[in-house]
Formats: sequence, structure tokens, C-alpha cells
Amino acid sequence: MGATRRPPIFYALAVLVGLFVVFLYGPIATIVILSFQGPEGGLVFPMNGFSVHWFAELFQPQSVGDIWGSFARSAQLGLIVMVCTVLFSFLAGLAFRRRFKGATLLLYLAVASLVMPSVVVSLGIGALFELLGIERSWYSSALGAHLTWTLPFGLLIMFAVFNRFNPSYEEAARDQGASGWQTIRHVVVPIILPSLVGVALFGFTLSYDEIARTSQSVGALNTLPLELQAMQTNATTPVIYALGAMTTGLSLLVIGISVMAVLLVRWRRARLGSDAGLAV
Amino acid sequence: MMARLTPYLQVLPLSAVFFAFFAVPIVLVVVVSFFDYETYQLLIPAFTLDNYREVFSEDVTYRTYLITVEFCVLTWAITVTLGFLIAYFLAFQLHSHTTQMVLLLVCSIPFWTSIVIRMIAWIPLLGRNGLVNGLLVNLGIVHAPQEWLLYSGFAVVLGYVHLYTLMMIVPIFNSMVRIDRSLIEAAVDAGANTWQVMTSVILPLSKTGIAIGSIFVIAMVMGDFVTVDVLGGGQVASVGKQIATQLSLLQFPPAAANAMVLLVAVIVMIALLMRAVDIRKEL
Repeated sequence: MGATRRPPIFYALAVLVGLFVVFLYGPIATIVILSFQGPEGGLVFPMNGFSVHWFAELFQPQSVGDIWGSFARSAQLGLIVMVCTVLFSFLAGLAFRRRFKGATLLLYLAVASLVMPSVVVSLGIGALFELLGIERSWYSSALGAHLTWTLPFGLLIMFAVFNRFNPSYEEAARDQGASGWQTIRHVVVPIILPSLVGVALFGFTLSYDEIARTSQSVGALNTLPLELQAMQTNATTPVIYALGAMTTGLSLLVIGISVMAVLLVRWRRARLGSDAGLAV
Repeated sequence: MMARLTPYLQVLPLSAVFFAFFAVPIVLVVVVSFFDYETYQLLIPAFTLDNYREVFSEDVTYRTYLITVEFCVLTWAITVTLGFLIAYFLAFQLHSHTTQMVLLLVCSIPFWTSIVIRMIAWIPLLGRNGLVNGLLVNLGIVHAPQEWLLYSGFAVVLGYVHLYTLMMIVPIFNSMVRIDRSLIEAAVDAGANTWQVMTSVILPLSKTGIAIGSIFVIAMVMGDFVTVDVLGGGQVASVGKQIATQLSLLQFPPAAANAMVLLVAVIVMIALLMRAVDIRKEL
């Protein structure tokens, strides 16, 4: 593109976008740096030495809060939500390609669930369990609360995917004698696999980081974000930054794995894909 | 017979979740808002308007709504401006598809990381002894550390902009990449400059994306209580925070009445925006 001269607005906007990226990453970079404070270091700059003391502190038995318990709950809940989100949205995506009664209503319900203020959802689920006399917990009420948040994303992604899906692939499979299940297993799923990875990423990370809908539905034992929120009010040492750096690292790892998975699928496709039409 | 049943079986899990954990709970909020309550009995079935009377009779309600709407308008104005400009840069000023996607990914990665951490991360920057205050004092811009940077309305709005600008960028970008490029060429041929193309061609054609982003931002900000809690400290109250406080005191019926009022406010705002768009067409 070097041939065309950039208009002045390009440079102005490039600076704006650059500043926005700094604004986006600056704060998190700050706490990652501060998490390496020396043992005597405080919650703000200057750095008082450099150590992994506060990361080690995370592993001390009587350190602040129930870090590892809440971490384990969040990770398990994230995985359960991920599996449910991928499975339920994929199935619903298949259904929405045909006409069925209540399709529009269900779509509106999904959109409403997405834009409903979380505090209202949280309150409703809390009240439901209270009325039914069921103890609220992370694997029942909070699981449901998380799904009301992740499923709309999953469903909308599936809409976008199937809007662009060419049905002649399935017709070809059927013409070759594939059963309904074989068509889905060997044709539809492989084609949309990158999008399913995307849905899984949404499912896990949105659940792992969810706080608003969890707050009234989680019951007695906190998830990690709630534990962090509780910790930050009386944090006096950089141990909270170490925890923040660790959980952000985990999120980045999950994003990285998802991106790698998508790239791997694409690479395999490029390598193993058909050579039809190349000779033309 | 089986073939006709298939779609119903396929949507069953999703519908069941939305029914049990969304539709029923929301109806319950409506019902509970008319309930009575006592200290040791959280929910007493009744039909009373007391909860609503309480909501509307207290000065604090009007004050919190005013502050919440103020946050909402400020956040919306900033995120829509930033979102539009950044999406415009991505869609029209970058010509390489790879650069576009990489920058979009760079902007969206934080969306997949912890909201709480992203808020806490402002504390060492904005605090009394934070980096920003240190810089301002050292540069001689101010004499003493500024207290309004953290645990204030400013910090809350900053937090919202930090968290939700992406919610604007993505749908606006999505609308922009669908704009037929020949329309822009036509405008240029007709003598429009870059600014005129942006405001008279691209802006109206990005309307849907702007509306979708706005719905997200409004819904997020109006109901928020976490950002207000972390970055507002005890100094700032919003409607969401008020409801969360009532819930922590186990006052379900007044919280439900408050939530209904909030819901009506959000629905009115979104309904106005929805008149402009058909969401399903956009996917």
C-alpha cells in the first residue's frame, strides 16, 4: 500500500489508536510489574527490590482469603460452562436453520438475557432458589446464571456461522449416502470447528471472569472474581497483584491456546485440503 | 415425524436454561417486588405497593438515578466517539486484512481477561501515591496529590470506558466492513473530502453498529455495581449498587421493586434505540 499517500487523518487516528492500546494495557502492565515487588515493597511505585516473594506468598497456607478453593471452583465452573455453551449453542444453531414454533420468541429471550442488567438476573435467580428452599451454590444457581450470560453469545455466533454456511456440502454428503449423524460429524463440525473453538473461548473466559451475575447466585463459597473483589477492599500487600497477574496469565493462556487451535485447523486445511481446481 | 421433532429436541437444552434461569427468575422479580418481608422471613407472599412507595418516596432514589444516568450518558458519549474513530481507522484507513485482524485482536484480548483485575489495576495508577499523582506533582502541574482521581465518579467513568469501549468497536467495525466501497468512491468523485465522507456517508451507514454497541454499553452501565464498588469506593452510589446493598441486607422485595424501576428505565432507553435496527439482519 506504500504507493498511495496516507491522508493526515491516518496519522491522527493512528496516534489515537496507539494511545488507546496503551490505555487498554497500561493498568494491567502496572500490576504485573508491581507483583514482582521485593518483600518490603508496597502497593504503589517505587519498586522496592525485585522478587517473586508475593507469588510464593500465594502458596502459603494461611495467606489471605480462600484463593485456591475459589480458583478451583472458578476453573471447574468455567469448564462446565464451556462444554454446555458449545453443545447447547451448536444444537440450537442447527435447529434455527429450520422453521420451528417459538423460534422468534427464543431469539428475543436470548437477546433479552444478553442485555438484561446482571443485577436483575442475579436477584431473580437468588429469589427463585430462596423460594424453592434450595441452597444456592456455584454448581447449581451460579452455573445457571453463567449460562444466561454465555449462551446468548454462543447462539449469536452460531447464527453468524450458519448464515454463511453453504448447505451444498451437506447435500453432497447426503447424496453420497451419509446419515444425518455422519453429515454432522464428518461435514458440518469440521467446517465450523474454528467457530466452535471461538464459542468455547467465550464460554470459558466469560464464566471464569464473571462477577455480576454470580454475586447473588453463588451461595456460601465464592468464585475467584468475587474473592478478588472481597480481597481488594482490605488489601495491604502486593499479594493481590500477584494473584491478579496469575489469573490474567491464565486468561491469556486460554486465549493463546484458542488462537493456536484455530490456526492449527487452518494450517491442516491448507495442507490436507483438496487440490481441486488448482490445475485450471 | 422424527424429522419434524428434531429442531425442538435440538433447542431443548438452550430453551430449558433460558426458561429456568432467565424467564422464571425475571417473572419472580416482578412478583417479589409486591411481596412483604421481615427480618427472619425474607419473602412473605402478599400484594403490597409498599416497596414501590418506598422507592419513589426517598430522595436517595432520585439522586442515585441522576448519578447513574449521568455516568451512562458520559460513558456512552466517550465510548461511541472512541469506538467510531477506532473502527473507522481499522475499517477504512488500514488496507491490509492481516493488520486489521491483528489490531482488532489486540483491542479484544482484554475483554477476555478478568473485569475485577482490570478495575483493581487502576488503583496503583490513580491512588493518592499513585503513578499519575506522582507525575503531576513532579511536573509541577499540581502542588498536592489529587484526591478526585480515585474513588470518585471520574474513576468510575474511566473504568467503564476502559471496560466497554470494545463493545462499541466490534459492532461498529462489523457495520463498516459491510459498506459498499463504491459509495465512498462516488462521494469522493462528487467532491466530498475525507471528513465529509466520514460524517455524511460512513456515519449514517454505521447506524446499526452504533445502536447495538450503545445497547450493550447502556445495559452494562445502568445495572453495574461492581465497578462502582471497586473504583467508586464508598463515595459513589449507583442504582445497581443500591440494589446490591439491599440484597446484601437480604431485603429481597425492596431490591426487586428497585430492580423493576431500573428495568423499565433500561427498556425505555433500549426500545428507543431498537427502533433503528433489526439485530438478526446484522449477523
